[in-house]
Amino acid sequence: MIFDSETKLWLSGNEAIALGAWEAGVTVASGYPGTPSTEIMGNLARYEGVYAEWAPNEKVGLEVAIGACFAGARALATMKHVGLNVAADPLFTSAYTGVRGGLVILNADDPQMHSSQNEQDNRNYAFAAKLPMLEPSDPAEAKEMMARAYALSEQLDTPVLFRITTRIAHVKGVVEKGERCQVPEPSIAKMPAKLVMLPGNARVRRQAVEKRMEVARELAETLPENRIEPGTGRRGFITAGVPYNYVKEAFPTAPVLKLGMVWPLPERMIREFAASVDELIVVEELDPFLELHIKAMGIACHGKDIIPNQGELNTFIVRKAVEPDSIGALFAPIDLPMRPPNMCAGCPHRGLFYGLSRLKDIFICGDIGCYTLGFLPPLSAMDACVCMGASVTMAHGMSKALGKSGEGRIVAVLGDSTFMHSGITGLLNTVYNNSYASVIILDNRTTAMTGHQDNPASGRTILGNPAPALDLEQLVRALGVKRVIVVNPHDVETTRKVLKEEIESPEPSVIISRAPCVLIPEEARRKKPVYFTHLDNCTGCSLCVQMGCPAISWTPLTPEEAVARGYREKQKGFARIAENQCAGCGQCAAVCKFEAITRKEAK
Amino acid sequence: MKQSGNILFSGVGGQGILLASELTAHAQLAAGFDVKKSEVHGMAQRGGSVEAHLRYGEKVYSPLIELGTADILVAFEILEAVRYLPYLHKDSAVVVNTQKILPPAVALGKMVYPENILDELTSRQIKVVALDAFAVAESVGEPRTANVAMVGAMSNFLAVSPEVFLQVIEATVKEQFREVNKRAFAAGRAAVYA
Repeated sequence: MIFDSETKLWLSGNEAIALGAWEAGVTVASGYPGTPSTEIMGNLARYEGVYAEWAPNEKVGLEVAIGACFAGARALATMKHVGLNVAADPLFTSAYTGVRGGLVILNADDPQMHSSQNEQDNRNYAFAAKLPMLEPSDPAEAKEMMARAYALSEQLDTPVLFRITTRIAHVKGVVEKGERCQVPEPSIAKMPAKLVMLPGNARVRRQAVEKRMEVARELAETLPENRIEPGTGRRGFITAGVPYNYVKEAFPTAPVLKLGMVWPLPERMIREFAASVDELIVVEELDPFLELHIKAMGIACHGKDIIPNQGELNTFIVRKAVEPDSIGALFAPIDLPMRPPNMCAGCPHRGLFYGLSRLKDIFICGDIGCYTLGFLPPLSAMDACVCMGASVTMAHGMSKALGKSGEGRIVAVLGDSTFMHSGITGLLNTVYNNSYASVIILDNRTTAMTGHQDNPASGRTILGNPAPALDLEQLVRALGVKRVIVVNPHDVETTRKVLKEEIESPEPSVIISRAPCVLIPEEARRKKPVYFTHLDNCTGCSLCVQMGCPAISWTPLTPEEAVARGYREKQKGFARIAENQCAGCGQCAAVCKFEAITRKEAK
Repeated sequence: MKQSGNILFSGVGGQGILLASELTAHAQLAAGFDVKKSEVHGMAQRGGSVEAHLRYGEKVYSPLIELGTADILVAFEILEAVRYLPYLHKDSAVVVNTQKILPPAVALGKMVYPENILDELTSRQIKVVALDAFAVAESVGEPRTANVAMVGAMSNFLAVSPEVFLQVIEATVKEQFREVNKRAFAAGRAAVYA
């Protein structure tokens, strides 16, 4: 990199956080991939002296980090916002045990839901779990703040929540490089009164939690990350995280109280700042978190009465909310065809969802991953999607509610990584409680949506080293499933038959739909055939078009155009494959009944 | 030299927008600016609309370009140029690749790809520079360098000298692709005047 110098780096927020964790002396890290947090772990794993891993889910990851910190190491757990829901059980009690080595829980919120199913504001977890939370405003500050997070964790004997949002994680900026601090020596130390949380001990620790938060509140008053930036004018802003930048851009000369620690809050500092301005405006994304607590102090302020409580903010939104009259004329948007994401050309999921889309009168419980795109037209083969693993359990619940009338109509679909994350216990329940719901595991050999991370079934660790690979068939048989069938989803006809048979079966069954993601390196490198269209043979039946492959497009024809091309007058159009986009899966050729799609071998 | 600016990159997932914005960011860093760049990963990369915001100046706070303030829009696809109209102002320059990638609704025959849609920009007196980046890239022998050809075309609108871009390519691109990328940059830069 041309910019690499001795002291400065050009890094994304996620890269900066990995660097910050390394500099802070972290030696153990565990997490589950989740946009926008994913690249932190992948980057941290490459640093010397750090053990980093992909855990099957966020609860596992956080518990691993808790264990490492109990052994005196500085530990990190990473997850996206909804991952903290999964990890909430250890989170709340780790607030009671406190730490030995520093423990930081990196939580990435996704305002605007760029790649998420909800936009919950996880600052609320800091309040609910009684934990300090830090929030940086850009990559440079994120790196610096990691050191502060570990120092606070050990000083206050508490896990520290570290909140970022998409516009930290996937923003690149200039970051100052530092040195790795002295790494603490791990050891075994027994501290049962602190670490064994049964009621007698926990009641004592409960008091320690309150005392610690009092100390933290006091500390917040002088923490360098909480600062008043003096300015001119009668209007002052309290802000934190990414919105700080929008305030600085829109109102560069206004006084600002920037909070680097968003919980607990520095009450005296806030009072002092509020008293210094005529009008106080709290600018924050999502919930009125700061606003509510500031109002609870009896301080009047504007907040969500003018600033939106949904979606991301930006400079324009903040400017418009505060000074609506200052907005000049903008070019209005033009109405254009939307371009939503789509399953890739050659995606194995397409064959499976095509099969499901052909089955009449079934309800498809979906899950979280690339395959959620099976919802979109033309396949439109998903009827519910809530959270990781919920496909399996919702299908069971529906079967119990519907009884006889649901037989042969309920199916769950989830990916291999999602199944290992939180589908296994659901399937156990399905078998134990005698359901008829069928479960389809889309085994594409990777965690695709988040950028192809390895997982317990991929046979490789985070660093690509060999690891034991989970045998999915053996596992589901061990859970008690008797009907276990593996299909190749590119074989569209067989897949459709198997789906029909298994969904109709009165006992639980598991269909493993197995073919590698087209984007994993081995697959991307493989020489593949391409398919091309014999336009003469195309009858315009549009079956191939209905698969929604991005390499196939439909050209509509008027009766005159149809005749001119030698087609029947009634033919409405024809399909064409863009050979440079074709990934050679052959699914379209399998559905074509008119020999209009032919295979051309790889050169 | 202009002391600050906003460059918006737009296109379709898989067109190499991230690399193009990365080369541009490095060139601005080499010119001594503070730079921030914002992109979105995850769901957005599965063939959907993709955008990257690049801002440079003495000190940059916001990672996002404010509506009405993009000085340059580098659009890798025609519709994806017009889609970002609210980010433009009357003095914006739009460098657009004339490639058409059909959105799903068009590929399915439910909607038509709008004809002459760039008129929406030119009719508002916005400067539009169109090039067939794919053809430019093929002319240098590697169709996959269309994104770098786009950077070359855009570089005409920046004060940073082309040599800085060539140094950035030298320093950031794998050795076996360096020369062809330099040629793509030069050809893209020349194509705008052609």
